[in-house]
Amino acid sequence: MSHSSAATVSGKSVWDGGVSPMGVSYGKLMMWFFLLSDAFTFSGLLITYGLVRSSHPTFEGLPDAFVFSKEYWPIPEKVFEAVPFLHGYSLPLVFVGIMTFILIMSSVTMVLAVEAGHRMDRKAVEKWMLWTIIGGLTFLGCQAWEWTHFIVGTDTPTMVKDFVNGQWITKEVTGASLKINQYGPQPFADFFFFITGFHGFHVFSGVMFNFLIYYNTVTGVYERRGHYEMVEKVGLYWHFVDLVWVFVFTFFYLV
Amino acid sequence: MAHHSNEPQVTVLPPDKEKIKKLWTVAAYLGAITAFEFIIAFTMTHGPAKTAIFVLLTIVKAGYIVGEFMHLRYEVKVLFWAILIPTLFIIWMLVAFVYEGSQMPVF
Repeated sequence: MSHSSAATVSGKSVWDGGVSPMGVSYGKLMMWFFLLSDAFTFSGLLITYGLVRSSHPTFEGLPDAFVFSKEYWPIPEKVFEAVPFLHGYSLPLVFVGIMTFILIMSSVTMVLAVEAGHRMDRKAVEKWMLWTIIGGLTFLGCQAWEWTHFIVGTDTPTMVKDFVNGQWITKEVTGASLKINQYGPQPFADFFFFITGFHGFHVFSGVMFNFLIYYNTVTGVYERRGHYEMVEKVGLYWHFVDLVWVFVFTFFYLV
Repeated sequence: MAHHSNEPQVTVLPPDKEKIKKLWTVAAYLGAITAFEFIIAFTMTHGPAKTAIFVLLTIVKAGYIVGEFMHLRYEVKVLFWAILIPTLFIIWMLVAFVYEGSQMPVF
């Protein structure tokens, strides 16, 4: 199967030992397999979202006539239309677009850090790792704002039917929690918290790893080691976080 | 303590201009595709065609991130397929569950 047979003794397979058939170090290979398993975890969450969403009715009218209701699944762009410092303006998906841009940019600075590592350029690795950390922290700040806005809600409350003390009542609800929300069927809010929360936790741990790499670079650990492969491994993780966001962006915000 | 002898001799190579330019090009593609998605989001009416375009563009973006940023395109073929083939299960899972959901309405 493999074409890297140049390094092997003739008559022996690359799988007979002594060489790395996949051409990468153990740590990098295990990072790939971890990310594959993580991809399955995220797919589980996003596909369950698809399952529950497709079992709910969609809003049939024109987008302009859309109002929040428990009777159908909300149109995402009608829920996510707020931008910091621009209260009262309807700017659908603008803020989440900015967040996407920030994460893509931090992915670019990460890959530039990897490139600098290949050249043993410590100063450049430091610079690009710092930019990557700043990008990650900015994204987390944006997400904190997004969550706060989702939890606090809009200016005008929605009338929501709720089952209290054995009977159905209608009450005013603003914002969202895991129990009740103003935007639509309860699973919508629950999936928002679980999917963006699980992704946000990945970003958070990614920033921690990035900081560790930055620290080790500054203290010269990798320079003494003679290679910057740790930057590549953590870089893989960071790109994966970006990759997941691309899917969350499509399946939660756009579709 | 002989301090100097412990200091590693490091040769710093100059930046690979071509490689860096390529990385920025990939970033520009990702930005352009995202911008295009925004245009689609506000000009097309909701329906299977719109969803199909979004899914397709998302896969293109994923291809660029995994292939170029994560360098998978340039890895040994056996690693490339070891990562890619298992994701086929995800596609099947998506199709199966979304179909299942549409067949069991909650209301």
